[in-house]
Amino acid sequence: MSTLVDINHVSMAFTAKGQMFNALENVNIQIAAGEFVSLIGHSGCGKSTVLNLVAGLLLPTQGGVLFKDREIDGPGPERAVVFQNHSLLPWLTVFENVHLAVERVFAATESKTQLAVRTREVIDLVGLGHASSKYPGELSGGMKQRVGIARALAMQPQVLLLDEPFGALDALTRTHLQDELLRITRDSGNTVLMVTHDVNEAVLLSDRVVMMTNGPGATVGEILHVDLPRPRQRMELLENPRYVHLRGEVLRFLHHGHAQAA
Amino acid sequence: MNSVVNFARKPEPPAIAPTDPLGGPHETISVTSTTPATTPAQSMTVKGLAAKAALVRYIPPLLGYLGLIAVWALAAQHASYLPGPVKTWHTAVMLFSDPFYIKGPNDVGVGWLLLNSLKRVAQGFGLAIAVGVPLGFLIGRFLFLNRAMSSVIGLLRPVSPLAWLPIGLAVFKAADPSAIFVIFITSIWPMVMNTALGVASVPQDYLNVARVLRLSEWKVFTKILFPATLPFMMTGMRLGLSTAWLVIVAAEMLTGGIGIGFWIWDEWNNLNMEHIIIAIFIVGVVGMLLEQGMNLIARRLDYRTA
Repeated sequence: MSTLVDINHVSMAFTAKGQMFNALENVNIQIAAGEFVSLIGHSGCGKSTVLNLVAGLLLPTQGGVLFKDREIDGPGPERAVVFQNHSLLPWLTVFENVHLAVERVFAATESKTQLAVRTREVIDLVGLGHASSKYPGELSGGMKQRVGIARALAMQPQVLLLDEPFGALDALTRTHLQDELLRITRDSGNTVLMVTHDVNEAVLLSDRVVMMTNGPGATVGEILHVDLPRPRQRMELLENPRYVHLRGEVLRFLHHGHAQAA
Repeated sequence: MNSVVNFARKPEPPAIAPTDPLGGPHETISVTSTTPATTPAQSMTVKGLAAKAALVRYIPPLLGYLGLIAVWALAAQHASYLPGPVKTWHTAVMLFSDPFYIKGPNDVGVGWLLLNSLKRVAQGFGLAIAVGVPLGFLIGRFLFLNRAMSSVIGLLRPVSPLAWLPIGLAVFKAADPSAIFVIFITSIWPMVMNTALGVASVPQDYLNVARVLRLSEWKVFTKILFPATLPFMMTGMRLGLSTAWLVIVAAEMLTGGIGIGFWIWDEWNNLNMEHIIIAIFIVGVVGMLLEQGMNLIARRLDYRTA
């Protein structure tokens, strides 16, 4: 498979209160087309920074991030982001929020009816057809995040970037949305980069789990290949010794050696 | 040591509930009215609850007004120059029975006086919106402009509105435009500052969405900046309008012409105290209505309460 995203010797420094802070140091990750990669690590280790670099919201201080062999110099709809806190515009309905993205990407080539159909389809895909005229304020946290996913999917991105998409949700809603994401990515064959701190989520969804060391100067610690066959079923995996082993590997990495300084 | 103990015992601050940004008084009612409903011994019908809520809502302000009138009546008994409520009431009835007469250039009905003042405020205020809101957007969006204008605004804002009147008179050489100019310069600052604040406090998340979508500047403005800033703008307009109404009386006293402000001054020269008191009530009531109207519009336009 060809490399779609190439994070190549990337270092990232921030200036905070007049002091340089090295967030990332020499990070190398290659993501193949159609692959689902998770970034896991303790909070503050810079995993969201990696995602923002791929999104183009940040530019690296050293090294480069390549998308289809071209250096990323800014954000773009071919790299859609699902933000941690959904980031829906509260003055627009669910339909209008998604339509904003659809319109941006397809207005040049499609008619108004086609745009509306497209919007409706993707809202149906995340199971919110009944709520498309509601405002974000009227939705539950899980529903809001579904809209966030719908908005990202609506752009038909070549890579989907998920920044702790389910971090703010309760456990039940989270498992439900994980299953749904599993279904959607299976059907669409999307390339996905997901930031998470949930070990189960990472192993269940990913082809590879990139484990990051703690900052400052965080980098890739280990990369775990999740060789569980797809389609995966959460309930069947619970007893699967391979799944249990892989989960243990991630936990071991996070717990030993890279435990957060208390 | 003592301070440490005190600090440790300091009670937890109450959780901050999401408050109505416009500070509606209606929220307190539901709390008081639902309390008895939870105790079955005093169970009330829905109608009874509504009546009680209305009582709780309207009785205190009514008592407040009655108290004001009582104090006024008492003061009137001890000061011969101050007409009492009853006498003023009779004059007011006469005055309002024919509010729109015109008997000469300086003798018109109270309705015309009021309309003229409102017209000046509308003109000055409208001009302030037309200039202040775009200026606020620019200041909020561009840091350089922000720094440049902050110093200027900081210098000009504390100046008493009436200090501008001579400048207005010198520039326009006429009373009416000068009064409008004073209203303009008074009400523009809160609009500029609140709009700029609103633009500057648009959440970064929304702007990131715009960046990922690569929205055009126009779309960013119509879909994100403008709706996000609208509540701030409305706050600025509300403040601007109240100050404008506050200042119009003083401005008209100095510039003359037909208007509620000059009328007060005129009646002082005539020693017609009833009319002065009536004018004060008119200014108060109209100011209150303007405020309520702005609140209503703000509530309609605010995405958080719409």
